[in-house]
Amino acid sequence: MMNDGMVIETIRGLIRDGEVHRDLYCSQEVFSLEMEHLFRNAWVYIGHESQVPNKGDYFATELGTQPVLMVRHSDNSIRALFNRCPHKGTQVVIDRKGNTGKFFRCPYHAWSFKTDGSLLAVPLKKGYENTGMPESCASKGMTPLAHVENYRGFIFAKINDAGPDFDGFFGESLSSLDNMIDRSPEGRLEVVGSPLRYLHHCNWKMLVENQTDTCHPMVAHESSAGTVKQIWEQEGGDGPKPMAVECILPFMSSYEFFENMGIRTWDNGHGHTGVHHSIHSDYSAIEGYFERMVTAYGEDRAKQILDENRHNTVYFPNMMIKGPIQSLRLFKPIAANKTLVESWIFRLVGAPDKLLERTAMYNRLINAPTSIVGHDDLEMYERAQSGLMSDGNQWVNMQRLYDPAEDDSPNATYNGTTEAQMRNQFRAWEKFMTLGIEEAAS
Amino acid sequence: MTPAAQDLIDFVVAEARLIDERRFPEWLELFSEDGIYWMPLEPDQEEEHLTTSLMYEDMLLLRTRVQRLEGQRTFSQKPKSRCQHLLQVPSVDEINHDENLYRTYTPFHYVETRFDEQTLLAGWARHRLCVIEGNLKIKCKRVDLVNCDAPHRNIQLFV
Repeated sequence: MMNDGMVIETIRGLIRDGEVHRDLYCSQEVFSLEMEHLFRNAWVYIGHESQVPNKGDYFATELGTQPVLMVRHSDNSIRALFNRCPHKGTQVVIDRKGNTGKFFRCPYHAWSFKTDGSLLAVPLKKGYENTGMPESCASKGMTPLAHVENYRGFIFAKINDAGPDFDGFFGESLSSLDNMIDRSPEGRLEVVGSPLRYLHHCNWKMLVENQTDTCHPMVAHESSAGTVKQIWEQEGGDGPKPMAVECILPFMSSYEFFENMGIRTWDNGHGHTGVHHSIHSDYSAIEGYFERMVTAYGEDRAKQILDENRHNTVYFPNMMIKGPIQSLRLFKPIAANKTLVESWIFRLVGAPDKLLERTAMYNRLINAPTSIVGHDDLEMYERAQSGLMSDGNQWVNMQRLYDPAEDDSPNATYNGTTEAQMRNQFRAWEKFMTLGIEEAAS
Repeated sequence: MTPAAQDLIDFVVAEARLIDERRFPEWLELFSEDGIYWMPLEPDQEEEHLTTSLMYEDMLLLRTRVQRLEGQRTFSQKPKSRCQHLLQVPSVDEINHDENLYRTYTPFHYVETRFDEQTLLAGWARHRLCVIEGNLKIKCKRVDLVNCDAPHRNIQLFV
């Protein structure tokens, strides 16, 4: 076991200006520290309110590696609880979603809990008389997550008291979530269907970094996007592009396109690609959509919403959204070398179905375990995970367009091929890995 | 051609063999020009367009896949994947000469391998076929994996 001083020293030793040590990706010990500190000090996405529309509806997931659930309580608020019975630790719900009625009932010994987690009843209660039970951890029921925020339908939670509150943590980065939600004429999103679940044998941070890596699409995805281009040209290449071609072709855009696209960083590790335009800018208009937006918002505001075409917005530590596509990807850490990627899609409530059709198509074309784009991404991550076992060089380079001034200006925009957002993530990584420890020590 | 039950069975078996032998251009020829390859994400999924599937591909996308598999810069296929289908004898669910519609149902086990990793998938293939210019063609091949909603690793060839 490391003491606090050793933890801080270890973590600080892994990050330099423009490079990070391979232990960040390979060490199971560092991974354990991430679960112990980072994933408890940060606000982490749990789920969307449309997954639990009725009282008693629940959705089970993981925060870091911990089983948690969210549930619609009797007062209509959404609560987040650790998914374990306070008695023996049994996961109280095991299916991903369902309705529990007015209370949870553990299937092992029938202890029951209200949907705020509080203990409702225990069979053979007499057996606990004069045992000190009321003072026990068990008597408090299923433990709620300490901090829960419902931001326009998106539920986030934070386990520790240390660290910034919700608004302080996300700050201006919420503008990307706002834009995705505002694209609904009713200002409302709904989760559609199950997520794609894609298992990667690599560290979760490689996937997060890749979301703002604009120097890889034209290289790693030449085989998919480049082939679509060839086939489209072989078949004439004129006339309106099919939706699938529109989705994939922009992956072959030039370096110059990505440079001009721009990258913006925000404090606490958040940031996005596509400041000025993006690979999502040139999709065909869908009949009837703009009219509904104008009716809902007025023409100026509707144009303002739809002219914002941000590419990938990273919400530190492990989530990414695509506003113009209405998708959300969650990079769930399992082990130092194992990550589960979930790719969710949303319906823009009040918008024509054709938008959802594009959203669903984009998800399967790009994010599925059967995706020709995903195949080459996974190949790169896993080659890196294996390559990093080499002792020849123990550092991963992130120096592209590095300027020391960026250390002091978290909210800034850059040339779109900078690795500034990756460096921004690692500054946040260091902060949230050590935050609770420092506060406890002071 | 008015296909008999055995013709349909032979067609489905031959189709799997073309994939296993990596004769992908010939395999593409088995589809009608408006053919679809569909692999749903959820058990009993009815919706094709307005929810996520693992695959829902027309000929343009299937041709892209096949051409990509042979590409010089197809990094995830260096080295190439191999696969094998083990089919139960297909059941013939419908022979409808009037509507030029033929349907089969084929439980399968499918193995895909690359490097030292081998994946076993199981499920049911449903073929919707028709006769075009004297040849059976695929209008839709629907592949339901038993564990369609599980976390998958790469599935790179054709189940």
